[in-house]
Amino acid sequence: MEQTRGFLDGMRDGIPIALGYFAVSFTLGIACRNIGMSAAQATVMSLTNLTSAGEFAALGIMAAGSSLWEMALSQLVINLRYMLMSCSLSQKMAPDTPLFHRLLVGYGVTDEIFGISVNVPGRLDPRYTYGAVCVAAPSWALGTCLGVVLGNVLPMRLVAALSVALYGMFIAIIVPPARRDRLLGLLILLSMAASWLFARLPIFESISGGMKVIILTVLISGAAAVLFPVHGEAAKAAKTAKDAEGAKSVKDGKDAAEAEDTHA
Amino acid sequence: MHDVYLYIAVMAAVTYLIRVLPLTLIRREIRSVTVRSFLYYLPYVTLSVMTFPAILDATNSEWSGLAGLVIAVALAWKGFSLFSVSVAACVLVFAVELFVC
Repeated sequence: MEQTRGFLDGMRDGIPIALGYFAVSFTLGIACRNIGMSAAQATVMSLTNLTSAGEFAALGIMAAGSSLWEMALSQLVINLRYMLMSCSLSQKMAPDTPLFHRLLVGYGVTDEIFGISVNVPGRLDPRYTYGAVCVAAPSWALGTCLGVVLGNVLPMRLVAALSVALYGMFIAIIVPPARRDRLLGLLILLSMAASWLFARLPIFESISGGMKVIILTVLISGAAAVLFPVHGEAAKAAKTAKDAEGAKSVKDGKDAAEAEDTHA
Repeated sequence: MHDVYLYIAVMAAVTYLIRVLPLTLIRREIRSVTVRSFLYYLPYVTLSVMTFPAILDATNSEWSGLAGLVIAVALAWKGFSLFSVSVAACVLVFAVELFVC
């Protein structure tokens, strides 16, 4: 029987996140230095916010000396996608998960940590998320700090290569289920094609990156939910049922069962 | 310009609230099939949207990004772990940029 993923599993899966975070936050640190932030300020910002797009945007707002309202509004728009992810995670956790776990897991809702947390089989054990946060968040803060202190010492080629770690991870999350479920595969291809159009066509230029993610996610997931409702208890419940059954809890058997249950 | 720490406090508060409100307010299982289906599809759609074409723009040349994308999809398809897929993509991007473009 497969164990639920715990703290150490979270730490292990957090390593590629930490690599990617280090690269991205290093460039963030350089940007912080360029607007005159101290290493302490930049590090505090990264530790308390843990978000790349939001922090990059914040730098422009600080440099322009804009109002705090403007800051709040920009963060709301750029980071609104976390609200969707948080909704999704709320259903991944056991309903009786205590409040303090929910408050702590909330800190770790980044694109990447959400990605791996929602990907564990069965229910999410908060300790899995904590493991990932413990590896990824310090790396995010350290990268920011070193970026301020050291500036352009890392070769850009290395930074570019490391930043791909995050996308590699996303792919490792979305591709295996697509292999079992053709509809999911089509949905992924469609999402990427739509995202490409949104990014490349000039008519969409005025929409911010964060807003594009939200619009496409709501439109495509919504359409899929209406056209292809997931009947039965779907993925996670199928998993628990199989665990209770005990007999066929070999990983592959379970995965196949999940895919079948999904579109009954 | 305001104190930098004031800016940081505001952005941290807004960002944390966005992240924590649904997790704390939605305590029980949602029954609606449509909402459940929406939340089931959401991670795949949102991660796809964030991956492409962003991976092409993250690297110094679109071609190295494309190489990283292809190797990651191939290894993930074969069932390699998150870590291997991720590191392989990094290594290939680095190699392509070093030797090809």
